[in-house]
Amino acid sequence: MTVRDASAQAVSALRADRRLTATNAAVSRMILLTLVGLVAISVTRIASDKPALTSGGVLGAAINAGVPIMLAGLGGLWAERAGVVNIGLEGQMILGTYFAAYFGYKSGSPWMLIVGGLIGGLIGGVLHAIATVGFNVDQIISGVAINLLAPGIAKYLAGIYFTTDKALASGGGPTQSPKVDVFNAFDWHGADRWLDKLTAHHWFVVSDLAGGVDAIISSLNAFTLIALALVPITWFLMRRTAFGLRLRSCGENPTEAETLGVKVYTLKSTAVIVSGVLAGLAGAFLVNYTGVYHEGQTNGRGYIGLAAMIFGNWNPGGLVLGSGLFGYTDALQQQTTTATVHALLLLVAIMLALAGLWAFAQRRVAQGVVALVAAALVLVWYLTTDSIPAEFATYSPQIITLFVLAVASQRLRMPAADGLPWRRGQGA
Amino acid sequence: MTTAAPARTSRLSHLVSTERVYRLGLAVAAAVLALVFAALITSLILLITGHGPISALHHMIDYGTQATQISAIINQATTYYLAAIAVAIGFRMNLFNIGVDGQYQLAAILAAAFGGTVALPPGLRQIGIIVVAMLVGSFWAGIVGVLKVTRGVSEVISTIMLNFVATGAIAFLIKPSNLGHLYGENLTTKPIPSSGQVGGISLIPGSDVKVYGLVFLAIGVGVGFQFLISRTRFGFDLRATGRSASAARASGVNVKKMIVVAMLLSGAVAGLVNMPELLGNAHNYSLSTPSGIGFTGIAIALLGRNNPVGIVFASLLWAFLDTSSNILQISNIPTSIVSITEGVVVLSAVVAFELVNRYALRRQQRKVGRELGLTTPDPGGPEAGGTGSEAVPA
Repeated sequence: MTVRDASAQAVSALRADRRLTATNAAVSRMILLTLVGLVAISVTRIASDKPALTSGGVLGAAINAGVPIMLAGLGGLWAERAGVVNIGLEGQMILGTYFAAYFGYKSGSPWMLIVGGLIGGLIGGVLHAIATVGFNVDQIISGVAINLLAPGIAKYLAGIYFTTDKALASGGGPTQSPKVDVFNAFDWHGADRWLDKLTAHHWFVVSDLAGGVDAIISSLNAFTLIALALVPITWFLMRRTAFGLRLRSCGENPTEAETLGVKVYTLKSTAVIVSGVLAGLAGAFLVNYTGVYHEGQTNGRGYIGLAAMIFGNWNPGGLVLGSGLFGYTDALQQQTTTATVHALLLLVAIMLALAGLWAFAQRRVAQGVVALVAAALVLVWYLTTDSIPAEFATYSPQIITLFVLAVASQRLRMPAADGLPWRRGQGA
Repeated sequence: MTTAAPARTSRLSHLVSTERVYRLGLAVAAAVLALVFAALITSLILLITGHGPISALHHMIDYGTQATQISAIINQATTYYLAAIAVAIGFRMNLFNIGVDGQYQLAAILAAAFGGTVALPPGLRQIGIIVVAMLVGSFWAGIVGVLKVTRGVSEVISTIMLNFVATGAIAFLIKPSNLGHLYGENLTTKPIPSSGQVGGISLIPGSDVKVYGLVFLAIGVGVGFQFLISRTRFGFDLRATGRSASAARASGVNVKKMIVVAMLLSGAVAGLVNMPELLGNAHNYSLSTPSGIGFTGIAIALLGRNNPVGIVFASLLWAFLDTSSNILQISNIPTSIVSITEGVVVLSAVVAFELVNRYALRRQQRKVGRELGLTTPDPGGPEAGGTGSEAVPA
C-alpha cells in the first residue's frame, strides 16, 4: 500500500466520520429538544392541574391533526429543495380530498382511497410543473392559480358525481361525499391496557410518556404508518443518494448544476410532481380520518404545511417537529376547553425562559434578555387570566410561524435559488 | 456628430412608441387567446359531463344582459376592481400582496363598527368610515412591509399567515361582547344609519338594482393609480424597483422605504374593497359579508396585466361569469363550472403573457439592432432569446 493510498483512505475515513458526527449531533439535538419539551409539558400539566394536556385522547388527535400537515409540508419540502415554491399545496390537497373520496366511494376499498389521493395530487403537481418548469411562469402566480382552480374542480365534480341517486341515498350531496371505507386503527387486543393505568396515575413524566405511547399505538393505522415512513424515506433520498444531491443542487444553484450535467428540468419537474402527490396524499389522509369528503375540508392546512416546513428549516426532522407542534395545538383546542388551551401559555413561558437561559450560556446576552422578558410577560398573562380567546388559539400555528420568522429568520436557511425562475442556458 | 444625435433620439422615441402599440396588441392577443383556451377547456369538461356548452353560454348571455343583472355585474365588478388594484400596486413593485383578503375584511368590520357607533355629521361620517377602512388596511399590510424590510420575512408567507390571523381577529371582534350585536339570528355590527350611507344611482334603465354610488370611488382609484404610476417620481421609482431592486438602489432609490410605502398604499386600497357594498347596500358587517375577494383580485390583476384599464375589462368579465352562472342551475349544471373557467383563464393567461413577452423581447432586440445599424449577433434560436429576457430580473 502506497503512502497516497493510505492517506486517501484516511481522508475518506475522516469524511465518513465527520458525516456521522454531524448526523449524530443533529439527532441528539432533536432528542434533547424532545426531552426538554416533554419535561416542560409535564411540569405545565402538574402546575396548571390540567391532566388533559397529555391525555391519550388529545395526543391521538394531535397525531391525526399533525400527519396531514406533515404530508403537505413534505410536499413543500420536495418542491422547494429543487428550487420551486409550491403555494399550490392547498389546491393540490383539495384535489386529493375529492379524488380520494371518489375512488374510495366507487371501489369500497381504503387502498383505492390512497390511489385517488395520489391521482388528485398528481393532477395538481403536473399542472404546477408544466407552468413553472415548462413555461417558466412565476411560481407564486402558478400556485395561486392552482388554488383558485382546484376548489372549482372539486366543487364541480362533487356537484355531479356525489349527487347521483345512488350517492344521495348513501349520504352524498353537492358539498359532501357518501361515507367511504377507511383504514381502521390496529387492534391491540387489550395489550395496551396497562398504558391506561400508567397514565391514570398522573406521575411526573412517566404518565405523560405513557399517554404518548398510548396515543401513538391506538391511533395507528396502515395509512399513518405509510405517511410516517415517508419522512425517513425523504430524508434518505435527499441526503444519502446521488439523486437527492442533484435535486438539491437544482434548488441551490441550477446553473452550476447544469454545467455538471445535472438534468435540471427533469429533476425540478419530478420534484414538483412528487410535491403535488404528497399534498394529494395529505388530502386523502383527511378523508380517511373523517370518512367523507366535504367542501372546505382542507381549511388552509396546505398553508400550515408550508409553515411547518419553514419552521423546520427545510429539513424533514424539523418539519416533523413543526407539524407535531401545530397538530398538538390544533388537537388541544378541538378536544378540550379554552381553559386547557390557556395552560399552553405557561408552557410557552417555560420554553421561553429555557431558551433565554440557553442564550445566556452561549453568551448571546441580548437574545437572552429578550427571551426572559418575553417569558415574564407571558407568565404574567397566564397568571392574570383564566382563558385565552378560542379564536386566537385556532390560529396559533400561523401566529407561531410569523413569530418564528420575525425572530429567527437569520437562523433559517432556505435553498439559495428557491423561487427563482430559471431557464436552460441562463448562465451562459 | 452634434446633428446626428437628436435625429437618432427622435428615431429611437418613434421606435419606442410603435413598440408600445405593438406590445399592447400582443398583450390583448394573449388575453384573448387565454380566454379562447379557457372556453375550449370548459366546453370539453361540460361535454364530458354530459352538458351542452353552446346552450349553457347562450343561457348565461341571455341572463347576464338583463338590466337588473347588468347593474349587479357593475356592482360586483366595482368590488373586484378595487381588490385587483390593491394587488396590482404590489405587483408593479414585485411584491405579492396575497393578504388583500385579510386586509379588506378586517378593514370592513372595523369601519362598519366605526360607522355604526361614532356619530359624525352626514358627509363627514362617510368620509370617516372610508378613512378608517384605509387606515386599518394600511396597518395590516404595513406589518408585512415592516417585517420584510427589518427581518427579511418574505411577504408571500407573512401575508398568508396574516390572512388567517385576520380571520381569527374577526371571529373575536364579531362576538356580542365586543363589536357584534345579535339581531335575531344574525350576528352583525351595529348598522350604519342612513346619514352615513351612500345611495345608489339608477344607471341602467329598467333595473331593480341600483348601481353603487361608490362606483365613482373605484374609478377615482383607477385614475389615481394610473397617474401615480406613470406621471410621478414615486411611480417611476416604484416601477424601477419592481424591474430591478439593485439597479433602483444604485440610482438612489430607498428600496426599503419603497417596500413599506407600497405595502401601505396597497393595504389602503384593499381597505376600500368592501366600502361600496358596506355603504351602499349591507350597512353592517356580518358573517355573510363576502370573503375571498382578495384572491379573486389576484386573478383579475394578473389577467388585466396590472394595468388600470386592463383590470376594468378583467373585473367586468369576472363579475359577468360569477353573476350569470346562477342561471346554470336550472339546466342542472353546477355553477362552479365558472370557477374552473376562471382558474383556467388565469393559468393560461400567465403562460400566454410569458410566451408573448419572450417573443416581443426577441423581436425588439433584432429590430433595434437593425434600425440603429448596429451589428448585433443574431440570437441563435429560442434558447438564446430567453437568456436575454432573464438578464433583466423581472
